Amino acid sequence: MLTQVITFLIFFAVIGCILYGRRLIKTEKIDAVFGNPERALGGTHWIIVGSSFLLLIWLYYSWDIAKGFYPKSANELCQVAKVNDSLLGLKYQFPIEERELKSTSQIRKENNNLRKILEEIKNSEELNNQQKVILAEFINKTNQLIPLLTNDDLLENETKEKINSITGKINLLTENFQKPDYPFETEQQLNERRKAVQEQGGWGIVKVSSGTGSIENTLEVPLVPETDRGLKFDAAAKELNLISDEFFKLRNHNPQFKTQIQNIKSEIKAYRKGLGETQEVASTYAKNIVKIARRIEFASIYPPNALDKMEDAIVKFDDAKVQTQGGLRLIDIFLFPAGTIVASGPSCSEQGSGRWLPKPSDTFNKFILMSKPSVGYKDIPLLWIDMVDVSKIIGFILPDWIADILPGEYPVHTKDGIVKQNFKGQVLKFVTGDFKLFKIPVPYGHIWDSFLRVFLGLVFGILIGVPLGLFMGLNRFAKGFFDPLIELYRPVPPLAWAPLIISVLGIDNTGKVFLLFMVSLSIMIISARAGASGTQLSKIHAAHSLGASKKQILRYVIFPNSLPEILTGIRVAVGMCWGTLVAAEFLAGTTGIGFVENVAKKYFQYEVIWITIFIMGMLGLLFDVTLRKIIDKTIPWRGKG
Amino acid sequence: MSDLISQNLNMIFKTPKGDTVHALKDLNFTLKKGELLTVLGPSGCGKTTLLNITAGFIRPSSGNIKLNNKEIDGPGVERGMVFQQGALFEWLTVSENVNFGLRMKNEDPIKTQKKVDEWLEIVGLKGFGNTPTYQLSGGMQQRVALARCLINDPDLILMDEPLGALDALTREKMQSLVLKIWKETGKTIILITHSVEEALLLGERLYVMAPRPGRIHKEYNLPFASMGLKEDLREIKKNKDFSEKREEILEMIWNMEEEIMGKDI
Repeated sequence: MLTQVITFLIFFAVIGCILYGRRLIKTEKIDAVFGNPERALGGTHWIIVGSSFLLLIWLYYSWDIAKGFYPKSANELCQVAKVNDSLLGLKYQFPIEERELKSTSQIRKENNNLRKILEEIKNSEELNNQQKVILAEFINKTNQLIPLLTNDDLLENETKEKINSITGKINLLTENFQKPDYPFETEQQLNERRKAVQEQGGWGIVKVSSGTGSIENTLEVPLVPETDRGLKFDAAAKELNLISDEFFKLRNHNPQFKTQIQNIKSEIKAYRKGLGETQEVASTYAKNIVKIARRIEFASIYPPNALDKMEDAIVKFDDAKVQTQGGLRLIDIFLFPAGTIVASGPSCSEQGSGRWLPKPSDTFNKFILMSKPSVGYKDIPLLWIDMVDVSKIIGFILPDWIADILPGEYPVHTKDGIVKQNFKGQVLKFVTGDFKLFKIPVPYGHIWDSFLRVFLGLVFGILIGVPLGLFMGLNRFAKGFFDPLIELYRPVPPLAWAPLIISVLGIDNTGKVFLLFMVSLSIMIISARAGASGTQLSKIHAAHSLGASKKQILRYVIFPNSLPEILTGIRVAVGMCWGTLVAAEFLAGTTGIGFVENVAKKYFQYEVIWITIFIMGMLGLLFDVTLRKIIDKTIPWRGKG
Repeated sequence: MSDLISQNLNMIFKTPKGDTVHALKDLNFTLKKGELLTVLGPSGCGKTTLLNITAGFIRPSSGNIKLNNKEIDGPGVERGMVFQQGALFEWLTVSENVNFGLRMKNEDPIKTQKKVDEWLEIVGLKGFGNTPTYQLSGGMQQRVALARCLINDPDLILMDEPLGALDALTREKMQSLVLKIWKETGKTIILITHSVEEALLLGERLYVMAPRPGRIHKEYNLPFASMGLKEDLREIKKNKDFSEKREEILEMIWNMEEEIMGKDI
């Protein structure tokens, strides 16, 4: 329901906004060359056109429009696909979708094979003349098998009757299929089917169950026919399967053929037995000839016109099938672009863009489901708040050895078995966080973990990189000393370090934060250095003659003067860190948004993959916009000084 | 007492190629307290070097220069400097720029704010205190630089082509401002300029310097600065004496330039 409404809304929004935009253009002044340059600034209506268009394309190519307007179409198409699947083998025998009869192509193929072998044998240097003559004779005999099969007069009556019976069955099926009440379902069957339909659920994700749900893959396309039309196809598919089995059991083997092939087989067998180990080449050729004879034996080769009636029957059924599909064909063509529903074996699946481009409604529902803290992904929420006692945080920050270095001993139990607490023991309790204060909310979850890693890596990089960079920008010794150290690791792509760092520092936060620290450190050093060495000498002179000391010049002149470069560096570093982090989380880890995507990839959870892509894009955008705001606020003089 | 005395001042630079450039040679002069000296000369005659030595940014190769009988051996608050491009701190507002020197001395912010307001009024920037400096025009920026220098109450003000980057009209206004400040504060001022007119108009004394090696070529004692305090500057320019002096100095500088160019060819 929602999808239908949204589809219409988006559609009208696109059209409305385009019309509105056209009208605005008409009323504006037009510059001779490029129109009105201010128009390039755009407007809300153009943004609506762009994003709505994108959404509409998504809805269309992910088949969400089909799902919204014809929720049962996938199920019906699945039944049609079943029929196609059953019909495939029979159709393949005739020039319906192929160029020629299956028998014809098979004969041509085997003739070719025989000719090739004959050629090879004639030109072979490893065979003696006697062998060549015998093998050529085998080939000739095998060649003689084919006319025995294609001769109309030799076709047995029994086989003829069977072909007629199969043709009759197909014709009967076609006749019944066109009747409105086919397949004559009884009340009991109907009830059973209805029950099965209710149990199997809908196409894709239909609703989000309350409470604990699961993100595991749902059935793509429901299998049990839900509609009467679907039921027809389902029943026809079952019948066709039986007919097709019957046909393929049938063999066109008349007595002459049987004796002939038996002869060839035994002759070749005897010949191969007589050959010594040195004549392996001749043996192999003989074996290959027998293989071809066997293929001719099991191929369904019939006289040219023997199956004509059957072909007609199948074409008729095909026509009836297309007719019965009716509007479903249009839905298939227009609402399932670049693909359709196919049946293979016991299941139906989406083939084409709908397969990897999840439906917006499914994605949205899954996103809501994942956002629930009780569901999350792999038992960890995306982003939620946990109440943590402040003492735990204090215990985490303060190192335990603070208690160890205090004078005195830890309490020892007395004779009565009582432990009396002393000062040193109290301090230990404090630094390990073994006490209760008050609880504060602390965020946690996949998104928070990723964010925290980037943030920590960046903060450490800034704290160390900026002073070092400024120092390097001002001091020749520092530049000479640290530059080679940094240039030693910086040119290596950060991800190349990842396997090493992760195996040394562990797959948890430490390794990743250190990796990001490495990324941000080099960027911060370079930008701070550029800022410091780019300070105009006259500014330093001015500050000097105004009575500023060296420290004051560094703090009040060089640092603020380097701020534009430093902040630009931070912006670059955030982007780099974000990219590196996701890849590092791919590599190894137990939490984080990159980890979620990696696991989703393993289970083909396309919705989850798209959700993580979306989250990452949004977080990246959030970082950049925030930094841009900060930059605009803190260094408004940039480019104007 | 508070004279600026230069004795046998020499400055020799070494170029990266190993050549030596004699930027200043045996400079001897005395500047009395309250005098306004303008220095004129073709490019490369050592004007800026002289100023940088006086400011303490560089040390002379030999000889010495004393202010108030104290040898100059580094930048100091008693010598304020105004640069050609202002060299303002663009991350600070106008009043924060003016306040910079006092803030570095950790003076009471309330007291300094009063001083800043006074100085902004003197240089004609009343009400611009909270404006960021990058929004100011070139002339206004130079006014800020002037106020920033003067608020420290230096004994000697060094101006390195302070009006060089300004348009003609603004320049004339700023010239009056410099004279006004000179009169009101009675500071000793050394002003370097490329403009002969400006040198004549502002200078109570005028040194014309010659290049290679840098030296004082000719010295003038001029009446125009004192006249400028009472009269309109444009009237002075019409003065016959003024135009004679201008032609004389122009000729002198042209000859020097020709001498250099001749050497080059």
